[in-house]
Amino acid sequence: MNPNPETGDFVAAFRDACTRRWGAVVSAVDDGTRGGCRIDCPPAMLVSLCGWLHTEMGFDLATLVVEDAGAGGWRLHYCFHTESGRVELCLAQPIEMTRVPSISAVVHAADWHEREIEDLFGLDFEGHPKLGEFVLHEHWPEGVNPLRADFAAGARNASTAPATEWTPPTIVDAPGAFVMPVGPVYSDFGEAAHFQLETVGEDVIVTYPRLFYKHRGVEKIAEGKTLADALLLAERFSGTSAFAHALALCQAAERIAGVAPPPRALALRALLAEFERLRHHAATITGLCASTALAVAASQAGLIEEALLRASAVATGHRYLFGVARPGGLACDVEPGAVADLARAAQTALADLDSLDAILRYTSSFLDRLEAVGIISPDQARAFGLVGPVARASGLTRDLRESLPYGAYDRVGFFVPVEQEGDGYARLRVLLAECRQSAAIIRALASRIPDGPVATPWTPSAGTALGWTEAPIGAAFHWLRLDAEGRVVRYRLTPPSFNNWHGFHLAAENFAFQDFPIILASVGLSVAECDR
Amino acid sequence: MMKWVRKGLASGIKSTRYPAAAETAPGVSPGRPRATRLAPAAAEELAARCPSGALTAQSGGIAVAHGRCVHCARCRQGEVTMSWENGYEWAGAEVATLADGLARAFGRSLHIRYLDAGACGACMSEARQLNNPYYNMHRLGFFITATPRTADVLLVAGPVTDAMRVALRATYDAMPEPKRVVAMGACALSGGVFGPSYAAGTGAAEVVPVDVQVPGCPPPPLALLHALLVVVERKPPQALGDDPPEAREGRT
Repeated sequence: MNPNPETGDFVAAFRDACTRRWGAVVSAVDDGTRGGCRIDCPPAMLVSLCGWLHTEMGFDLATLVVEDAGAGGWRLHYCFHTESGRVELCLAQPIEMTRVPSISAVVHAADWHEREIEDLFGLDFEGHPKLGEFVLHEHWPEGVNPLRADFAAGARNASTAPATEWTPPTIVDAPGAFVMPVGPVYSDFGEAAHFQLETVGEDVIVTYPRLFYKHRGVEKIAEGKTLADALLLAERFSGTSAFAHALALCQAAERIAGVAPPPRALALRALLAEFERLRHHAATITGLCASTALAVAASQAGLIEEALLRASAVATGHRYLFGVARPGGLACDVEPGAVADLARAAQTALADLDSLDAILRYTSSFLDRLEAVGIISPDQARAFGLVGPVARASGLTRDLRESLPYGAYDRVGFFVPVEQEGDGYARLRVLLAECRQSAAIIRALASRIPDGPVATPWTPSAGTALGWTEAPIGAAFHWLRLDAEGRVVRYRLTPPSFNNWHGFHLAAENFAFQDFPIILASVGLSVAECDR
Repeated sequence: MMKWVRKGLASGIKSTRYPAAAETAPGVSPGRPRATRLAPAAAEELAARCPSGALTAQSGGIAVAHGRCVHCARCRQGEVTMSWENGYEWAGAEVATLADGLARAFGRSLHIRYLDAGACGACMSEARQLNNPYYNMHRLGFFITATPRTADVLLVAGPVTDAMRVALRATYDAMPEPKRVVAMGACALSGGVFGPSYAAGTGAAEVVPVDVQVPGCPPPPLALLHALLVVVERKPPQALGDDPPEAREGRT
């Protein structure tokens, strides 16, 4: 059995394993939070330690955080997690030294992290095969790194030169091969992103996504803000999963201050988070039905989505749950009558989804479009560190609500649905099964919300912490450093869409062109969440 | 297939009666703050609480600049609070720019190109709801189109990120005349919580001429419907600013 993170067994077990493998060279220390360890890592050991954690110990990369402390030098934090605990590798080096060993070869999920950091900080990851233009597109001046401490967040980029110089990279070398560009303005409702579909005629061989058209510099503009103002950003960088991200930031701030929200707040937070998941999944199912041109089903799913949006507004004052979470608890109480209304809305939505599912699974024209389309194998999902329903449709069981329980989740019973096929239909089945679980959690919580206040006073204190939630799209990690006044020094956001877009091309290989919208809809990713 | 026909028929008619009648179903709009009469000290305190500069203390109370409001609800929480309105007819426009008889040129159908210039996803989600049976915008002759070449209206969301400036301008230029630009949401109107910064601007007006503005974070579907009705001159635009009663009286 896995050691329980609450009892600290994980820390002891991990330190033993560490000593057995590395002797006195590496020492892991308890970081003071439940189930967390810290290792001060000598640079020469970085790659082998990360490789050991990932391949032998079964850890996944949560996030890679870089801090530019000016004269204090570089501080890098490699955060890993497993089903029983967390480990943070800390690396420090002088500010003049801009070369860091790349860990992408041993932990492939670090690939995009390193590319992003190279672009935003100017750190050079030695051994990484593909550094260069990534987040900042070709109009951005070379050598200007906006996340460096001496860069002013408000400095506007004067260059608005159009992207004439940019030519797409090609992989396919065959007679008649060409690239079909899609986006950034495409489809009826499409988020700004660009895709190059390489084809030799009818079938698309590979897809090359180009993202970050929507980069809003959230990590940079958060710096210097009060926590309350940073919370506005956490809610608004990906508005359709606002509550999950607000919660992750609040939990990080609470961990720094050592504040525990009251039981009523914890129960209501879990209830609202599941309500958001239900609505988000309903929206993904709407998109999937619409992508297969099944108009009646799309309309039916759209009705469910709107009913849930209305219920959110009635209970909390906002259709997307903005302004509800607050460090220490909730900004406003949800009255007992409103809790009952939310529970009722969730049960109605579930009944409607079930009746929709009952017809969908006998609609062969719909199933034909989903089955064996956009397949991601379990090995690929693990290697790319995929998260959320997409990973769970490819055989990975990880769910942060279960592996690293937060809030009220260790007190509610639920199971994590998993499918093995990794195709569009498996992803739909996972979404529907998760909707059933969310509705069950809501039902269980609504009947026994504890009485009492909804917030504990949160007082600012300096420190760092990692906050995490299982957002509708998957694991979200928010790493936070606050100063003594409670202002943000560094805010690193690793949303699930960032991980999953990294592996999106796996689902978009060797397919018929007309399946592209279906593959996009079935992975259900947010560009806003990835681009930040 | 018969099952789908039955399912569709069994759902009955769900569409709102708006604009023929007001929509009163709970939850269609989050509402928004309205200008409030307050003592000077209370007004100063409340205005300082507003993170986006939407509220300003004036003689007699607090004025609201709706285009800046990000619906954080801080002015609803605490001892002194703003009064709140529950409507959704929020779209504003310079009446002069709309009084050129363009509405007739669009005839009875309006084709809309949605453009994401760095929006968070909530604006797009609300715009998408216009296609669901509750709002069913097709009944009013409004359609979403995939290409700017056949679009009458460019519906822009987001603060306009650096990388989307060129695409926004190119899309606008590709639309045939006559055309209108509708900017939706606090980001597209003012940059919202993001702009101005190294990565994002202060809204659509920096790049394209904006005709109709829909405040909100995000604007609910009915506010968008109102904006489109303003474009075709079936509804009058609303003011984008709201002064406290005394200031209004003092001016007249």
